Amino acid sequence: MHLTEAVDHDSMKSDIPAFRPGDTVKVHVRVIEGSRERIQVFQGVVIRRQNGGISETFTVRKVSFGVGVERTFPLHAPTIAKIEVDSYGDVRRAKLYYLRDLHGKAAKIKERRVARD
Amino acid sequence: MATKAIVGEKVGMTQVWDDQGRVVAVTVLKVTPVRVVRVKTDEVDGYSALQVTWGTKKATSLNKPEAGHFEAAGVTPGKALVELRLDDVSTYTVGQELTVEQWEKGEKVDAIATAKGKGFAGGMKRHNFKGQGASHGNHKAHRVPGSIGACATPGRVFKGTRMAGRMGGGQVTSLNLEIVAADAERQLIMVKGAVPGSKGSRVVLRNSVKVATAKGGAR
Repeated sequence: MHLTEAVDHDSMKSDIPAFRPGDTVKVHVRVIEGSRERIQVFQGVVIRRQNGGISETFTVRKVSFGVGVERTFPLHAPTIAKIEVDSYGDVRRAKLYYLRDLHGKAAKIKERRVARD
Repeated sequence: MATKAIVGEKVGMTQVWDDQGRVVAVTVLKVTPVRVVRVKTDEVDGYSALQVTWGTKKATSLNKPEAGHFEAAGVTPGKALVELRLDDVSTYTVGQELTVEQWEKGEKVDAIATAKGKGFAGGMKRHNFKGQGASHGNHKAHRVPGSIGACATPGRVFKGTRMAGRMGGGQVTSLNLEIVAADAERQLIMVKGAVPGSKGSRVVLRNSVKVATAKGGAR
């Protein structure tokens, strides 16, 4: 193993659920307000995952009060307490940028049926 | 001048998170134990420095002067000899080992290494010239330096005028880098930001000689 990979291994998480673009996720983000810390949930559709290894990031899009909001998180960031997969989506693209131009029912993603384990 | 220094090898760059959850770009340096081969002092050599080596070298690939030099010092032959200029070398002895353990997180260091060679580079790359516009009738002059002087007076190009030429490949010192982690177990030092040179190249680390102070403040 390359030495930088060994270094990366220290800060990589092992408890990340399998999710891909099109899935709806709840991202539990640690927010520090003054001295106390609380968890904020950002729920939306994953529209991309990019890079790999320690520097992998994913972008979640939601529509809040009619305004599209996108947030990009580093996958292994310590500020992310938990990632929950809400539902699996059936999409044909790796990057769902076309969702930005759609709204309402057209922006709805078909659900992917997943075998229960 | 520096009070301590060490030699390492650039492994590559990656990222880590700091205690506030922010991404910090780091350069990973492999620092194997360094052995002192000779202590150079002001009285004898006119300057103070440590001559050090690290790693191992096969006895068959040493030439006689090298072998004799290591043997006289009683030190196992290493990959190369490097001098580390220090203020005070009185506390060091021949055969002493310098390791990662002498460095800790948060320290400010300077990294000295040979920069990557860029070959024959133009003015834009070499001297950060602006170049010219992409359009408005520009004809094959997008990256040219422009004027290099006046006309009949002085009638020549001044010496030292910045032009295209060989770039890189020389020694570069990056000042005031912060040590993000010093891992004695894996013999690694992680330094915040970039370090000159290619992967696998030799890097000298020393504690910072130009500590930033408030404007006008004493050191």
